[in-house]
Amino acid sequence: MAGGRQIRTIRGRISIYLLAFFFAVICGFPFLWATLTAFKQDPDLYSTGHNPFAFTMSPTLDNITTLFTNTPYLQFILNSVIIGLVATAITLVLSIPAAYALARLTGRWGIPVAIGIFVVYLVPPTLLFLPMSRIITVLGLQDSIWSLIVVYPGFTIPLSVWLLVGFFRSVPPDIEEQAQVDGYTRIGAMVRVVLPLITPGLFTVVVFSFTLTMQDFIYALAFVSSSSNMTISVGVPTNLVRGDVFFWQSLMASAIIVAVPIALVYNIFLRKFIQGFTLGAVKG
Amino acid sequence: MAIVEVRDLRKEFGGTTATDGINLTTRDGEYLVLLGPSGCGKTTLLRLLAGLEQPTEGDIVIGGQVVTNLPPRDRKIAMVFQSYALYPHKTVRQNIVFPLAAAHIPRPERAEKVSWAADILGIERLLDRKPRELSGGERQRVALARAMVREPQVFLFDEPLSNLDAKLRTSARDELKDFQQRVGITTVYVTHDQVEAMGLGDRIAVLNAGRIQQLGTPEEIYSDPANTFVATFVGAPPMNILRTGGQLLGFRPENLLPLEWSGKQDGQLVCRLEITRVENLGSDHYVYGTIPSLDPEAKVISKIPTTVPLVGTPNSSETYVVARDKLRYFDPETGERIPSTGAMVSP
Amino acid sequence: MSAIETGSAAPITTQPGTRRKRRLRDRDGMLGSAMLLPAVAYLIFFVGYPLVLAIMYAFSNVTVGSSKFDFVGLQTFSTAIHDPNFPGVVAHTFIITGISQAIVIVLCTVLAFVLAADFHGKWFVRFLVLMPWTTPVALGAIIWLWMLDSIFTPFDWFAQHLGILGPGGHLNMLGHAGLATGSVIAVQAWRTLPLATVIVLAGLSSIPRDIEEQSEVDGAGFWRRLFGIQLPMLAPIILVALLFGIVFTFSDMAVVFILTGGGPGDATQVLASWAFYKGINGGNLSVGAADALFMFPVLLGLAAVVLTMASRRRGD
Repeated sequence: MAGGRQIRTIRGRISIYLLAFFFAVICGFPFLWATLTAFKQDPDLYSTGHNPFAFTMSPTLDNITTLFTNTPYLQFILNSVIIGLVATAITLVLSIPAAYALARLTGRWGIPVAIGIFVVYLVPPTLLFLPMSRIITVLGLQDSIWSLIVVYPGFTIPLSVWLLVGFFRSVPPDIEEQAQVDGYTRIGAMVRVVLPLITPGLFTVVVFSFTLTMQDFIYALAFVSSSSNMTISVGVPTNLVRGDVFFWQSLMASAIIVAVPIALVYNIFLRKFIQGFTLGAVKG
Repeated sequence: MAIVEVRDLRKEFGGTTATDGINLTTRDGEYLVLLGPSGCGKTTLLRLLAGLEQPTEGDIVIGGQVVTNLPPRDRKIAMVFQSYALYPHKTVRQNIVFPLAAAHIPRPERAEKVSWAADILGIERLLDRKPRELSGGERQRVALARAMVREPQVFLFDEPLSNLDAKLRTSARDELKDFQQRVGITTVYVTHDQVEAMGLGDRIAVLNAGRIQQLGTPEEIYSDPANTFVATFVGAPPMNILRTGGQLLGFRPENLLPLEWSGKQDGQLVCRLEITRVENLGSDHYVYGTIPSLDPEAKVISKIPTTVPLVGTPNSSETYVVARDKLRYFDPETGERIPSTGAMVSP
Repeated sequence: MSAIETGSAAPITTQPGTRRKRRLRDRDGMLGSAMLLPAVAYLIFFVGYPLVLAIMYAFSNVTVGSSKFDFVGLQTFSTAIHDPNFPGVVAHTFIITGISQAIVIVLCTVLAFVLAADFHGKWFVRFLVLMPWTTPVALGAIIWLWMLDSIFTPFDWFAQHLGILGPGGHLNMLGHAGLATGSVIAVQAWRTLPLATVIVLAGLSSIPRDIEEQSEVDGAGFWRRLFGIQLPMLAPIILVALLFGIVFTFSDMAVVFILTGGGPGDATQVLASWAFYKGINGGNLSVGAADALFMFPVLLGLAAVVLTMASRRRGD
């Protein structure tokens, strides 16, 4: 992705830069606005009539400090991270064997299974959340972070399997067969030779699976009520709003603090994601 | 060292039969080549020997032990793939040690064996490099070192020279043969290149459509082909086959010579060659034409070394001869070889 | 003359014909099933089972308070449909999804071509483009909520300076039904654009280089190459991107919940958010389930499209 097609004509180059600028603005403007807001003092922010992009008073870090000291925001982050890590771990443990089986061991009957798993991804949480909250209550997990840990693999597994199948396919089959001839079982060959070769792919799956868990809103909203157990997604909109009063600067800060690192990491892993996505799609 | 034996081996994939009732026995320490066009079943046969595929029917015996149900790691074999399949994330040393670690050989012994194998192949100075830093020839040597380090009963090679460029191929071939003669391990080698087969094999098994067409030394395959398939597959240009007198008559291009140069002798088939084209390939001339008196439709090639003066030009007609003992007869329906009957076939 | 040699009579250590089975770890077919099983079982329990339950709820009279559970046939569906808001809810869902994804499909293709080219600052542009997708939906919605605030939105300032509004005028994007719907459409398009772009980018990189070079040599200009060669080859991938986008927008409740709360009034309620209000806020699980279930036919239809695409792909 770094690199890419060289555009030779002047007209072409101007078009590219104009379009790039256009898209950068429509995608990034809300974040710019949020960042400006986060650093504004109250009187500056809550006044109209002047250029909203300028600071009439000096920018302040107070809103951000309040966020961390006066609100459960840090707890939200902690919860999200723990939930994301454990759910991702569960996902990997289940997805790696499944993806290997689909990539190497199943042949014709594997295709409907693979399609089935993909279709599962299309079943939305907004459809399942009602019966799911009943199941969670029956399991005794209501209002606990475990309710989310246990439910999230339901949608991270399909994505992970899709990507992992792609990464497994990128390893030449004769390397695995060589390892078998050299003395290992199929699984032994997978662990000793194939997994080390797709390490970047494994990182990619971890990244995308983890961040997918952070996207969820409805399960977290439905299952968790105490603020000490909330995730960022739910805690911020519900908890940082006291009655009808919105602490906008802290709210914006809380969003930016989460959005920027994730986007950075995605940008780094994008190429790998595309590779896994493409190879996982071949042959359906 | 061991004998590899295959009995009534059949392998079906879905609806197609890849190998169809193959029976084959190698000799101890020999270099056996499986030769045939793509899709003939030679690679399937090799993979069956390795245990990477399971046969539909039949048995495989290596070193007197029936291995048909054993996985690859229990067969005491070594295999070299077309790509050499060197583990890219490991050094050369780690690549070579890999089978020893899998067999849980004690560590001190491992280091010894690695040195031994590296020494035989002359790659000691490469031991700490990664595969991507090696040339094609070096990679082959690493693959061979890894193959021999466990002292297997049998080597299996799957077209290891195909990925090398032409120049490298000849020297790599030379090294391979030399290597095998030094270690003396029974080797089964798959290739579609008949020049390679002729150069490397102690014996060659020619396969087509999942069956062995002929098993014999290179000389036997070349001079006494068992059927028209073998006759036309081996040898470049292929053997001339003509339909005449209710039979198929064959003779090799280098045996079709101008009378002028060969001289009149007893026991010759004499004919008129209508020449259509002449190619100069540096070391040989290929003279293309037909022999209307025998078979007006068959295109015939004569191969004459350029050290010999060329007789004939396009659109002329010359007298050519073939020594009778070089004539081969085949059944027109089955393509099978008919023993020479001494029937007179002359214009 | 050599003939085909047959095997020697070496002694066999087992009877010909008996086939000692290999252990499980060496039998690829069985091993494959065993390795698939845990993941499939998990999905069946945590997705399949709730789905079945959801269908059962919709045919019952279950509520949050009581534990009674009787099948009532289509009565719950009837209640759900006859709610006066229901037709509007369905309409909003389709309108918001349709318009936002129509926008996305055009923009994502253009953006994919832009990102496939090489230019200064590309890494930064890509970073900005990814942000709407990588930000958790709820947080992105909050940012928009502030950005479209009735009093303090910067768009008022833009509109005033462009003469669209008088001085001191307010657009009040979230207060008028039409503008609110438009805002939801904008947010949905904004957040699904990056994923669609990435998918099309993936497709672009898989068009073989020599086909492109061939078309250049054949004399095709930019537009002819675009519409004659590249877009047709990209069509299946664009369709995949569209599918994902439709599914995620159609079934989403977070944007509506946070941005408009379904309002003004119930002007922007969609099926997913409506199901939430009815089921959780209203306590009527069966009606909520029935409302949510109306999304199912559309999603099922999309799954069917995916399946036919997948099998057609196998054919070529």
